[in-house]
Parts: sequence; C-alpha cells; structure tokens
Amino acid sequence: MSTSHVLLGLLSAGPRHGYELKRVHDERLPQAKPLAYGQVYATLGRLERDGLVEQSGQEQEGGPERTSYALTDAGRDKLTEWLTAVEPPAPYVNSDLFAKVIVSLLAAGAATATDYLVAQRAAHTSRLRELTAVKTSRDSSAGDVVAADYAIAHLDADLSWLQTTLLRVADLHREVNA
Amino acid sequence: MNALLTGTGLHRSYGPTLALRGIDIEIGEGEIVAVTGPSGCGKSTLLHCLAGILKVDSGAVSYRDQDIGLWSEAARSRLRRTDFGVLFQFGQLVPELTAAENVALPLLLAGSGRREARKSATMWLGRFGVGELADQLPGRMSGGEQQRCAVARALVTDPKVLFADEPTGALDVLTGEQVLTEIVHVAREQGTSVVLVTHEQRIAAYADREVALRDGVLDPTGLGLAVRS
Repeated sequence: MSTSHVLLGLLSAGPRHGYELKRVHDERLPQAKPLAYGQVYATLGRLERDGLVEQSGQEQEGGPERTSYALTDAGRDKLTEWLTAVEPPAPYVNSDLFAKVIVSLLAAGAATATDYLVAQRAAHTSRLRELTAVKTSRDSSAGDVVAADYAIAHLDADLSWLQTTLLRVADLHREVNA
Repeated sequence: MNALLTGTGLHRSYGPTLALRGIDIEIGEGEIVAVTGPSGCGKSTLLHCLAGILKVDSGAVSYRDQDIGLWSEAARSRLRRTDFGVLFQFGQLVPELTAAENVALPLLLAGSGRREARKSATMWLGRFGVGELADQLPGRMSGGEQQRCAVARALVTDPKVLFADEPTGALDVLTGEQVLTEIVHVAREQGTSVVLVTHEQRIAAYADREVALRDGVLDPTGLGLAVRS
C-alpha cells in the first residue's frame, strides 16, 4: 500500500497537519500498520518536494506549532490517477500458501503434507474467528469492521480453495485407485 | 464448561445410507458450536438428532444428563417448545399468520397469554430489525425479512439451545451477517447455547468452536484427511 497516496486522499477533504493525518490514517485503516510520525513527515516532505502538497499555514492550539499541508492541483491529479488505476486482479495467486499447498500435495510425504495442511487450516480458521469477533463486538468502529471484512474475505477464499483442492485430490485418488 | 447437551455414539441411517456413524459431541452451556462439513457429511442429520426431531438408531442424546431418547414423543415435543429453538435455512413461517402471530406462536403453544405473547413477539421482531412488519403476512416480505422473523420466532421462548441449520444460507452476505451478529449477541446475553450447522468457514467463525464432520464421522482435521486416505 502506498502511504503517499493514502495521505493525498486524506488531504482531499481539506488541509491537515501531520499529527492529524496520522490519527485519521490509523483510525480509518485500522488493520494497516500504524504510521510512525517520522514516516508521516518524511512522506509529506517528499510530496512537498514533488509539488503534490504545499504548506498552508501554521497552527498552534496550546501545543507546539504545527504546519498544515494542503493538496495542490498536481496532488489532486495524482490522487485521481491512483484512484482510477485498476489494481492487478491477482495479487494472491502468487502467494506462498498456494505454492506450499501444491508442493505439499505433489512432493511431500503424506504425513508432512497432512501436518502442514491441518496446521495451516487451524491458523486460518483461528484468525478468521478473531476477525469475526472484531466484527461482532459492539465497540468496533465502522473502520474496524470494513477492514476485518476485507481480511475475512481473503482468508475465507484461501480456506475454501484449500478444502476444494483436497476434495478434488481425494476424488482423483479414488479414480486412480478404482 | 458444563455440557448441557451430549451426543454419544450417535448412529443414524436412511435406508442403506449411513448418515451418522458414531458421533460423540458435547455442547456446553452458553457455548456456540459450529458443525461443519461438505454436503452429505451428516451435519443436518446430527442437528435433527440433537434437537430430538429425529431418533437415533443407536447411541444417546442427553439434555441436562437425561437421555431424551427414552422420553415419549410428547415429552420431546414439549422440550422443543420450551427449551429448544429451531431455525432452518428457509424461515418456514406459517403463511396464513402475520409476522407477529408467527413469532407469538411458540409462546401461545407454551401457554402464554395472548397479550403477553404479542408484546414479546413485537420486541423480538424489533430486535431483528423487522418491527414495522409485525402485521405483514410472510408472502409480502422479502426472503431476508422472513428469515429475520424466523430467528425472532426461534428465540422468543428464550430457549436454552438454539439449533440453526444453515440459517443464513438463503440471505445475501450483509443480511446474513447482521442476523448472525444479532444471534451471537442474544446468545451471549442470555447464555443460550447455539448449534450452528454450516458448510461455510466464514459462518463457522461466529462460533466459539468448530466440530467438522466427513462421511458421518468426526473429522478432526477439518479437511477430510484422516477420513479418506
């Protein structure tokens, strides 16, 4: 995920200073790694150098003086370009999970393959349960739920593929041994 | 956790087809247990046996340490009215009755007064987001609305165990999740045990624990690996 694009997006609603950007980022994208302040200011520095944001004033509310940043026209164009560019539709097809399951089934001994598959399924289902608990908790924000949904959809796809693959393998095995 | 409901050595066949081939299962008080597995693995049969709807060929189903297989049909039927709530994939509401009348029905059968039953029914319909449909006939509701009414009907008697067989199978993802979330909240608040039959891992994740079945036996791997070799 590109932090600079996300910051451009968060600035599209109006000028904000670094501290505020970090706060909104962590709130809206709770499953992403929390942003470090250093990273926010470094990214803002790069965006300013490239003419995508500009300083829009100083703010001081009882605390230290903070610089606000605003999107420039070029920044707005850059954001639109990112938001309209289609992502490659297969980011998960190259995952280690896929490779490992296939290699397990083809090359590993039955016991090794079984141990791995069972452990992997257990890890997936346990994470799925944790994320579902986030969704059913009355304390979760909309951001938490949306982020959990995304992770659940992908884990569920992995599990359903794993299960279908094993059913297929079992059928093939039966055909071969029939 | 104390076992509220226990199945021991459960066998059940349909003619020559062995649907359950020796299942041991325990459901704790207030516990939500998902029963999973592919089509035909016996999970619905298990639910029907645990709920006392189907009799087992051998083995025992015990509720609060009493073998309900030894009870009369009338006694088991009473148990289903008072302590058990049952929910299927398609709501199976009585088409001639309004939503509120459908939901009030189990209470009226259990001997509650009409006014009190209506009040509870309205409360439960509201809880599942269909309070405004209280006077509507099922035929005029969407599938999702009918299912919400069916959940309300299954929970209106404050059952100790809710048996839910693919309860969200006919619903879109979001509606299904809203219904499940509400079921989980009710179960947690009232201490209701839930037996949730599903073939979807996403749905099973709402449970505290999963019991996987394959070809009528328990499948500890969840992947059929120990069963088919």
